[in-house]
Amino acid sequence: MTTPATSTATTEQITPPAVTAGDLVAGTSLWQDAWRRLRKNSMAVASGLFILLVGLACLVGPPLLAATYGYDAQTQDLAYGPQSPSWQHPFGTDFYGRDLLVRVLVGGRVSLSVGLLAALLAATIGTVYGAVASYAGGLVDTLMMRVVDILYALPYMFLVIILVTILGKSLLLLFLALGAVGWLLTARVVRGQVMSLKEQDFVLAARSLGTPGRDIVLRHLIPNTLGPVIVTFTLTVPAMILQEAFLSFLGLGVQPPQPSLGSLINDGANQMLVFWWTLVFPGGVMTLLLFALNFLGDGVRDALDPRMRT
Amino acid sequence: MTRYLLRRLVELVPTALVIIAASFALVRLAPGSPFSSEKEIPPEIRQQLEARYGFDRPLPEQFVRYVGNLLRGDLGLSTKYPQRTVNEIIAAGFPVTLSLAAVALVWSLLVGITAGIIGAVRQNTAWDHAAMTTALVGISVPSFVLGPLLVLVVSLRLHLLPPAGWGDWRHLILPGLTLGTIYAASIARLTRGGMLEVIRSDFIRTARAKGLSERLVIWRHMLRGGLLPVVSYLGPAIASMLTGSVVVEKIFNVPGIGPYFVDAAFNRDYFLVMGIVLLYAFFLLLLNLVVDVLYGLLDPRIDYS
Repeated sequence: MTTPATSTATTEQITPPAVTAGDLVAGTSLWQDAWRRLRKNSMAVASGLFILLVGLACLVGPPLLAATYGYDAQTQDLAYGPQSPSWQHPFGTDFYGRDLLVRVLVGGRVSLSVGLLAALLAATIGTVYGAVASYAGGLVDTLMMRVVDILYALPYMFLVIILVTILGKSLLLLFLALGAVGWLLTARVVRGQVMSLKEQDFVLAARSLGTPGRDIVLRHLIPNTLGPVIVTFTLTVPAMILQEAFLSFLGLGVQPPQPSLGSLINDGANQMLVFWWTLVFPGGVMTLLLFALNFLGDGVRDALDPRMRT
Repeated sequence: MTRYLLRRLVELVPTALVIIAASFALVRLAPGSPFSSEKEIPPEIRQQLEARYGFDRPLPEQFVRYVGNLLRGDLGLSTKYPQRTVNEIIAAGFPVTLSLAAVALVWSLLVGITAGIIGAVRQNTAWDHAAMTTALVGISVPSFVLGPLLVLVVSLRLHLLPPAGWGDWRHLILPGLTLGTIYAASIARLTRGGMLEVIRSDFIRTARAKGLSERLVIWRHMLRGGLLPVVSYLGPAIASMLTGSVVVEKIFNVPGIGPYFVDAAFNRDYFLVMGIVLLYAFFLLLLNLVVDVLYGLLDPRIDYS
């Protein structure tokens, strides 16, 4: 059995790069370690549970309320107009007699989905862009990063506003516009990571085996940058949610009668003197959601990169 | 240092050109036109209008002419406000936005650096936890929630400051606080992190060993290290204060440049959109240059030669 054993040993020595990359995604000790650290951070766990709870409430809340009470985000109770919070309407009703709880839940659905999708889009574009730039190196790298520098110099929110006015005010295009402008930070982070990774031995090994450049980027470099990318991603989600609300507050985002947390807060701010609940509930939910997302993001960063702990 | 500055200034030229070209392309290739409105304009009048603004010429020619005018400091005419030039609109609105951002900046630096120092010097005590939790809350409260709440409490219940409008210094305070709080929170975290980086380094030990008072160690040596990340954050922070003031200007009814921009983008007011975007972009470019120079002054290890 000695001769076959050595032969398997040599094949093993040749294959590791591919196996390592796959294992990293599936969860090796680095990820288990991070997961353990994250679970020990009780505030981060609480934040995570809170976000899950809000997400669940946004998903099942509106149909549930429609089934039990028979109203949705558009149903008006004009006989009573705006009502202060009660058992029947825990968040009160708005100026047109619509139940505010349902509207906040539907608005939260918009916020969470736009935030997640835009951050996901930004992370994907940024990762591929950064990895390709630094792997190619030389003139390509310089040119690609100059583009990033120039986009950085343009006022971000103004760019999004221009894109929204070009693309039109729909939910899908809103997240495309946010994602299309929000990938710059990820691109820089990934580029920095790949710069140091591509000089390491396992990349050299993969290259000497004749692995094509595309596979080296996709299977060896990008999986190894996942840590910082996830950290950037978790902190991008609240930023994107904030920007969607910002646009909706300005009347550029989700259009009425569709509610969004931003437009609900705008309505509430206009009526806050008389109907305080129309500002306090959407504003409170938005703030708590952002707080939890930021706390979770901090926790994920501490867990994945203990050196960055502040 | 002078040579470094000169080189950086020369490098700005191609970047500026690319920015002009990119924003020109983005604004002009967008569908729609400044003269499409609900009521149909007769073709003769439309032709007249287009001739007045030079829109009847081919795009490359318009671009060359635009850059030429730009070099002479002429930003062109507004189509939405036909009786005003873009220069006039910016001259009226930008100082207002700028003063708002200045108040926000001073507020965020004062509060942020103080909280950061407390957090770092009293690391892992109740003081530290309180300061950092407050900072996280500050990062999470959006300006469009904080602003109306401040108006509700400070103006309408306590009658301390005017709820909206523009005139004297009292109109600056609430919008400035609203705009600056989120940055104060970020600055607090950065200051604390930066100070903790240097707090155990050799030069701090040397400073203590030679008998400097704790106060001097903190203010002269630790803070210097703590401010490095803050300085590099200032560029993006001021940029986002300037654009973020769109919302604050709306809440407090402040006559800044923000509402003009949103309006202009919707009405395809080409020259006004371009003028404001370019103004901000050049402001940012210069700001980043200033930040880099400041960085060198704070960190003697950086060599510009």
